[in-house]
Amino acid sequence: MTQLKQIRVQLEVLRYNPDTDTEAHFQHYDLTCPEEWVVLDALNKVKADIDPTLNFRWSCHMAVCGSCGMMINGEPKLSCHSFVRDYEGTVIRVEPLAHFPIERDLVTAPDDFMEKLKRVKPYIIRKDKKPISEGEYKQTPAQLMKFRQYSMCINCMLCYAACPEYGLTPDFIGPAALTMAHRYNQDSRDCGRAERQEVVATHEGVWECTFVGACSEVCPAHVDPASALQQMKITSSIDWIVEHLIPGGKSAGDTVSREKAGDIK
Amino acid sequence: MSRNPLVRPVPPTSWFFRHPRYLRYMSREITCIFIGAYCVLLVVGLQRLAAGPVAWESFLLGLRSADSIVFHILALAAAVYHAATWFNATHKAMPVQIGEDFVPPNVISGAHYVVWVVLSVAVLFLAGVF
Amino acid sequence: MDTISTDVVIIGAGGAGLRAAIALAETDPTLRIALISKVYPMRSHTCAAEGGAAGVIKSDDSFDLHFDDTVGGGDWLSDQDCVEYFIHEAPKELLQLEHWGCPWNREADGSVAVRPFGGMKKKRTWFAADKSGFHILHTLFQTSLQFPSIIRYDEYYALDLLVDDGRCQGVTALEMRSGELRQFHAKSVIIAGGGAGRMFPFSTNGAIKTGDGMAMAYRAGAPLKDMEFVQYHPTGLPNTGSLLTEACRGEGGILVNKNGRRFLQDYGMGPETPVGKPQLKTMELGPRDRVSQSIWHEIQKGNAVSTPWGECVLLDMRHLGEKYIDERLPLVRELCASYLQVDIVKDPVPIRPVVHYMMGGISTNTKAATPIPGLFAAGECACVSLNGANRLGSNSLVELLVFGRRAALSAIEHMQGLPAANTAALNARAEQTQVRIRELFSRTGGTESMSGLRKEMMDTMEKNAGIYRTEEGLQEGVSKIHELRQRYGKVILTDKSNVFNTDLFQMLELGSMLDCAEAVIVGALARKESRGAHQRLDYVDRDDKKFLCHTMVHYQGLDVPRVDYLDVVITKSPPGVRDYSGDHK
Repeated sequence: MTQLKQIRVQLEVLRYNPDTDTEAHFQHYDLTCPEEWVVLDALNKVKADIDPTLNFRWSCHMAVCGSCGMMINGEPKLSCHSFVRDYEGTVIRVEPLAHFPIERDLVTAPDDFMEKLKRVKPYIIRKDKKPISEGEYKQTPAQLMKFRQYSMCINCMLCYAACPEYGLTPDFIGPAALTMAHRYNQDSRDCGRAERQEVVATHEGVWECTFVGACSEVCPAHVDPASALQQMKITSSIDWIVEHLIPGGKSAGDTVSREKAGDIK
Repeated sequence: MSRNPLVRPVPPTSWFFRHPRYLRYMSREITCIFIGAYCVLLVVGLQRLAAGPVAWESFLLGLRSADSIVFHILALAAAVYHAATWFNATHKAMPVQIGEDFVPPNVISGAHYVVWVVLSVAVLFLAGVF
Repeated sequence: MDTISTDVVIIGAGGAGLRAAIALAETDPTLRIALISKVYPMRSHTCAAEGGAAGVIKSDDSFDLHFDDTVGGGDWLSDQDCVEYFIHEAPKELLQLEHWGCPWNREADGSVAVRPFGGMKKKRTWFAADKSGFHILHTLFQTSLQFPSIIRYDEYYALDLLVDDGRCQGVTALEMRSGELRQFHAKSVIIAGGGAGRMFPFSTNGAIKTGDGMAMAYRAGAPLKDMEFVQYHPTGLPNTGSLLTEACRGEGGILVNKNGRRFLQDYGMGPETPVGKPQLKTMELGPRDRVSQSIWHEIQKGNAVSTPWGECVLLDMRHLGEKYIDERLPLVRELCASYLQVDIVKDPVPIRPVVHYMMGGISTNTKAATPIPGLFAAGECACVSLNGANRLGSNSLVELLVFGRRAALSAIEHMQGLPAANTAALNARAEQTQVRIRELFSRTGGTESMSGLRKEMMDTMEKNAGIYRTEEGLQEGVSKIHELRQRYGKVILTDKSNVFNTDLFQMLELGSMLDCAEAVIVGALARKESRGAHQRLDYVDRDDKKFLCHTMVHYQGLDVPRVDYLDVVITKSPPGVRDYSGDHK
């Protein structure tokens, strides 16, 4: 193999320092780097060699830790998975994730997401806990596949930056957190759907979603939050019909949970 | 000095110009106006029919006007576009799992198109087109 | 300075820290638990582990086999009482994770599936595709959300342990978003701060793996144990260093040289096994140290493929087929496609050994206790002496769980009947941290650049403390790292802001890495033998007479650290020959 091709990279990075600034502003950086680099590599070079005061989060450099989400040319992306070769000859505009308060430079405050994630109870809820000594809960590969895709969320929050509903209505619980509720609802080991419905089948929950679909388009882990939310709307509707229109109908959430608990013994 | 997080508000009336996917979304939503207007037209037609043969004839005459034809073409286009976006998304809302695998999205969407065509042909048949 | 009074402080919210927090909350719901981490829990590096976690579960397996694999894999430097405890706890912990919702791969009957891994005599690695660490971390994090007694302090950078009256009673930490210093007073402190692989330039480790927890304990007087044992993972992407899991070989991938010839049989791991039919504990399923060393030799022989990133050999997975690869190794396929533009379904991928894991760490016993009362440690930052001189793949994810929980139980035991804290003394210690940080901000006239110093450290570690080491190289390395530690005192901060000042955090991290690096290289110089991951070209044999013992490195301020030794605990397996030939009985 030959030497790596070097290309010129021009970055325009949004800067904000609460100690000194009242407004954010763009700062330009010009550098040369191998074409195989990602935007994060370029930012690291800026920080090491040009401007140590530039701040951003990163860690794994393999698109799994979810730290380095940024707006790159207006698109929510993981900067460790955005290749400079795809932007050759253009200025790369780098901004902090949209819809989150900016702490400093490219660092945003994810508190709202963290709080919402907790609200949807993203953990196994069971009525009866079997002791460890009795072994695993059986789960067939098919039952695993039913929710596996939704368990892949890396909490990078790109979907929140892409979702206009969340931007306009910050009370919206949002794609990733609701998807996590769906992930547990779909898990054959879980009996907590009825509890979660109180949070997710609401106007702040799935019914705030108007199916823009942007969340799924930007998701780096191919989780497809939009599909999770539409499925939850359907189950929420069925719940309502059963409860209100069928004489003697009980909350479907309860029924489903009980069936599942029996299912897996 | 310490924290002073900067909040950049989303412009409530122009946010959809920020990205082509938002414009696509808005165009999908706007189709509802035409579909809604067409529903109103149907209700008016029923009302005219109830009002007697004279009112009904003048309503039909109105439908033959150039404005009306343009409106119907637009409403048809909007309905087709809306239906297509809807069908293309059905696999997300209604995934079908067989064993470990999911039925491919294009099969689910395709089935919807097939049903759509069959129903449309049936309606046209009932309307005496064939 | 604000003081947060609590019962237990946990530093680090990765796998071990979260497991400890949950164990504390479950055991005694009245305990106040402060979980401090410099990153949000989901960002912790546990998420990057791919292959899986080992625990005896299948009927053809046994605890004795897991014991033998671990002890032999560790070249008899593991403490055998620790291994004994670990192997029995392992399946319980993995089942516990299953009960908490971890999406383990399954057999058709719904039981948990296991896959083969390097150095293991049986298939015993539980896995969730090739994102096992990711799922373990998220399962633990999400499970932890149901316990109100776990109070998280996300993005707090822990600085110094508060040790008074001979016991550890808290820690100081900077809230990164405000720049405010806080002190945490607690009855017990658990460090779960992860490894220090970033001291090397080419590493699978994320940016956060800078040995802060190790260095913190080390500065407070806890010795670092066996730090010279640094694991090279055989299969790293040559440019980014991203990990290609051992499961690539476990599932049947093979290593070939530039001539397309397999070569591990030339290094005591043969005879060659049929392609696509991996045989346990031989050829590509040898232990990581042996496989990495073989690649090094193959490169020396001139059989490597030249790439822009250096000499490589090839990992060939084409015969596994697209469907199987997508089911078992989707992340690997994605990583190779995006970062190297190689589709592993169609082409072999160039790889080279990459720094992956520190076998060494804060010296702990089987109860996860350090020599400092009240201070416990678990996970990669600790050296409980499970892994010995070479960790077997898929033991570390379980180690997090087993010893994370054990640290929690020990922390509770320690709390009983403690005398009241001397708050004034703790405040005075915390004040010393304040002075240290103020000095960093007020320092002027320095001539050293932080990134320059960091690069010198990395280059020194790679050149002088790599896969193969020599007396001369190590001598040079020791003096170089010693010199860098002196020069570190002259680095000035460019950024003097309070809010999320990553210039400051990188500076502190560099300090941690330099401390750990010195322990690695001093320990390596003193160990005049070859064992596991520590290979000396000038002392090629294992020397059980002199070195069947743990290296203990003690902090001496800016002076070169003091080294002494601790005997290895041998209960039933005397040192023997590591046999990875396929034809052994």
